[in-house]
Amino acid sequence: MSTAASELGKELPGTFCRWFASRSWMPRAHQLELLSKAKVGQSTLLIAPTGAGKTLAGFLPTLVELSGRIEPRSTLLRTGRLHTLYVSPLKALAVDVARNLELPVAEMGLPIRIETRTGDTPFSKRKRQRGDPPDILLTTPEQVALLLASADAPLLFGSLRRVVLDELHALVSSKRGDLLALGLARLFCIAPQLTTIGLSATVAEPDELRRFLVPQKAGQDSLADLVVAKGGAEPHVTMLDTREKLPWAGHTAHHALGEIYDLISRHKTTLVFVNTRSQAEMLFHNLWRINEDALAIALHHGSLDVAQRRKVEQAMALGRLRAVVCTSSLDLGVDWGDVDLVINVGAPKGSSRLLQRIGRANHRLDEPSRAVLVPANRFEVLECSAALDAVAEGAQDTPPVRTGALDVLAQHILGCACGEPFDADALYAEVTAAMPYRGLERGDFDAAVDFVASGGYALRGYERFAKIRQGKDGRWRVSNPRIAQQYRLNVGTIVEADMLKVRLVRARQSRHGYSGPIARGGRVLGEIEEAFIEGLVPGDTFVFSGEILRYEALVEEEVYVSRTSATDPKVPSYAGGKFPLSTYLAERVRGLLADPSAWTQLPDQVREWLEIQQLRSVIPDRRSLLVETFPRAAKYYLVCYPFEGRLAHQTLGMLLTRRLERARMRPLGFVANEYAVAVWGLADIGFRIERGEFSLDALFDPDMLGDDLEAWLAESTLMKRSFRTCAIIAGLIERRFPGQEKSRRQLTISTDLIYDVLRRHQPDHMLLRAARADAATGLLDIRRLSAMLSRVRGRIIHKALDQVSPLAVPVMLEIGREPVAGEATDVLLAEAAEALVKEATGDAISGNSDDRRRRSGA
Amino acid sequence: MRSRGTAMIADVDLVLDAAGALYWPDQHLLVLADLHLEKGSSYARRGTLLPPYDSAATLAGVRRLIAHYAPRLVIALGDSFHDIDGPDRLASADRRSLLDLQRGREWIWVTGNHDPHPVKGVGGTFAAFLAIGRLIFRHEPSSENAVASEGVLGEIAGHLHPVARIVSRGRGIRRRCFAGNVNRLVMPAFGAYAGGLNIRDAAFANLFDSLAFTAHLLGNERIYSFTAAHCRPD
Repeated sequence: MSTAASELGKELPGTFCRWFASRSWMPRAHQLELLSKAKVGQSTLLIAPTGAGKTLAGFLPTLVELSGRIEPRSTLLRTGRLHTLYVSPLKALAVDVARNLELPVAEMGLPIRIETRTGDTPFSKRKRQRGDPPDILLTTPEQVALLLASADAPLLFGSLRRVVLDELHALVSSKRGDLLALGLARLFCIAPQLTTIGLSATVAEPDELRRFLVPQKAGQDSLADLVVAKGGAEPHVTMLDTREKLPWAGHTAHHALGEIYDLISRHKTTLVFVNTRSQAEMLFHNLWRINEDALAIALHHGSLDVAQRRKVEQAMALGRLRAVVCTSSLDLGVDWGDVDLVINVGAPKGSSRLLQRIGRANHRLDEPSRAVLVPANRFEVLECSAALDAVAEGAQDTPPVRTGALDVLAQHILGCACGEPFDADALYAEVTAAMPYRGLERGDFDAAVDFVASGGYALRGYERFAKIRQGKDGRWRVSNPRIAQQYRLNVGTIVEADMLKVRLVRARQSRHGYSGPIARGGRVLGEIEEAFIEGLVPGDTFVFSGEILRYEALVEEEVYVSRTSATDPKVPSYAGGKFPLSTYLAERVRGLLADPSAWTQLPDQVREWLEIQQLRSVIPDRRSLLVETFPRAAKYYLVCYPFEGRLAHQTLGMLLTRRLERARMRPLGFVANEYAVAVWGLADIGFRIERGEFSLDALFDPDMLGDDLEAWLAESTLMKRSFRTCAIIAGLIERRFPGQEKSRRQLTISTDLIYDVLRRHQPDHMLLRAARADAATGLLDIRRLSAMLSRVRGRIIHKALDQVSPLAVPVMLEIGREPVAGEATDVLLAEAAEALVKEATGDAISGNSDDRRRRSGA
Repeated sequence: MRSRGTAMIADVDLVLDAAGALYWPDQHLLVLADLHLEKGSSYARRGTLLPPYDSAATLAGVRRLIAHYAPRLVIALGDSFHDIDGPDRLASADRRSLLDLQRGREWIWVTGNHDPHPVKGVGGTFAAFLAIGRLIFRHEPSSENAVASEGVLGEIAGHLHPVARIVSRGRGIRRRCFAGNVNRLVMPAFGAYAGGLNIRDAAFANLFDSLAFTAHLLGNERIYSFTAAHCRPD
């Protein structure tokens, strides 16, 4: 212990000193520092790596305060008084932390009651907790919102002294963070003596989290104090130097399978991280195919049945597993097992994400975590290489903190009205004290109140159906108890994609007939995205839950599948992952590419690939955008390399296609990956550019984000999906609950139809603005596209080639592997109709190959 | 000009408009099914405050069709209002626009299960069903017409809100559609907020006695026709 720490150690009561000693532990410097901050009533952010005793640090001030409490509990009217509220993004984490906390409390014999409250807590217990709360309550942001939305909230929270926010870095980057921030602002009003402790992994901008933890005042920058725990040993990270040939494209890392298996067999326990469910499924399946030693290898991802996941977690904690193949479902959360190796398969996507995953290995601070990166294709080698440099520097690229969403605000406003009646001026002041909403305009706030009350429509008329009304005292309250009930059922910001249960049944013979019932029974394997199933035809095979399954039928809300003897699934699902390459890492990848002297650190086959590119085409510098054009099989291609991630590229591809269409270049389709966009069509774009008839500067002009974007958004299914999410969160329509029937669709109301009508009649409606704001940073990543277009302005390098360039090969290979990007428009209908005619008239007797060519657009 | 699909029901040539309407050129007759006017305000009564523009949007669609075809007779094929109080809730501007549309032509409200009784203030005349030439117009498709036979009238109905799903290039496309064979046609719902029932639902198989019927999907500009067997369940 350092001198400073031993100084601080004096603040620790004897009971605690003895307890630490009994376990042969020493309080860590940051634990004691947090304690002294708490003593002087300071809110504090603790940044610490995994394994640094973060949780104990967060609770130590509370345990010390409660241990010194001399309150004859029995004389109080309310038997219990809530002292500390702990909020975590995962309910499993809340339960786990409660368990870990019970131990020291029991061993020191402290008179402290600790309870959890999640969606799984029985009603009777939840009810009891309101009247007789524990000293420490561990819960989730949604439960906090629910507890606040009731008239007795001031009584329940009046005594609150501290809020501990765990995994704060993960919470603040989502709408749940917005909801939590608003709840926190409410708590600061109810309990002015309240202080906060935030627990976070290392982030790029700690000040943003420090602001999150304290109320913000207009014209003032209020920050919580900061304590940074000393980092452990530097992680030891390498990139797999494969003996095999590196694939040009794809995400399976199939080439490295043997090497991954070898690594697993040489370590005690390995976590194998991949980016998507389907990648996890594939890798797990393939590892078992070569698992001659029958190593205990398990699978863990968010779509698996919960019971199944818990089993894996338990086996892991007991040290019974040699490896777990997992997705971001294990990025956060429960400490378990003695992991001595992390393997990250595929693109790391971001430096912070990778650092957090690496941190899952080895929780002893004094020993380095070991990790191996396994790139699945050549571009991923560049990305891994850039990530290695970033990790060596400890560079962080966590996303910036959000601007609070209007749909979440609307939900909060209704919640407030369900509690005590609120005064609009006071609530506005309270809401703007929450960091994500500190820039909220009064006009937007009023629009949100108006939306909650009567829909916020320019055409008035719903006043008589208003959900909240202003009383004579000027305060707003819910118009009837049913509204409060509705609110309670719809609280929260997580809107799941439509998921369908996957049920194992016996194969059926007949393939015709309507979707009536077929052999039922069989167990549920997990859940799968409806969008994925929509692209399947009965008889198609795919990998799920570690085995190859045959799609039989969709019956109501369930996907019926059967076992099959097939060894390769017919339908590969998209495997790139939902997180785009971070801006920071993209910048580094461009830097690496632009600097041939740095290529020496790359594997030989990758270096040679880039050298041939240098010879045949151009290597763009850091800031420029390379655009290549070339003919191939009677079509003309345009490929560009912005390195801005798949989402921004999808949007770019969509807008480029629109513009090319208008320029009569007759584009046919495009495909986008993390690094590049390829568009193809019938007109020789390269030739027209060289003759000066067509300008790339005009094609890539940022003004595409004006009218073209608007016109496309009007039709975009992605935009409709954003709108649906906002409509549910804001409470315009109710969530669909499991068991609610979907087959009577003519009776339900589709948000797509509402979107169409609202967009035409009131384009500036609050919900449309909320949906656009989401799309800008979310599914369409417009913000990033916009930054890219400005960056490359006047710096576009055109290279007309006779054939495909080495750099273009990976994206060209993705054509045909992935569904051609685009909207589900009439073009597809026309194609389907045409294909049918051909089939009928015998034009397509050559069959498959012709079909495949048309699909790939080649 | 938009291209139109055609269908022959009971030997009568009909035009299928991609907006979801049926036009009978010989009779200068325009048919619209399931307008579900005031569905938005019907939900609002129960606390779901949907944008109150659905009636205006639906009527604008009707106006475009009337301007295009200039029909002498318009049939609204039942469920024209989402509920029996719908006509009372109609905004005055929408009511005016509805009455304007009826000027210079005959307008018949066929009653439906959502709007079973004649009401005042919406113009037109009311009928439970209607027979013109070889065709009978009613809200709910009847079971008698299941099998084509000599002397039986062709039937035009609504009620079921047919939609069909086509999968192309790994993408599902779900659109409203007409569902028909040689002697009956079920029209798509026209209302802005009207939902849909997949034609692979048992209701359609029962009605057509098999999958031997055609789905005419509404595209943006034209109609796309597929056999029901080619369409996919939801």
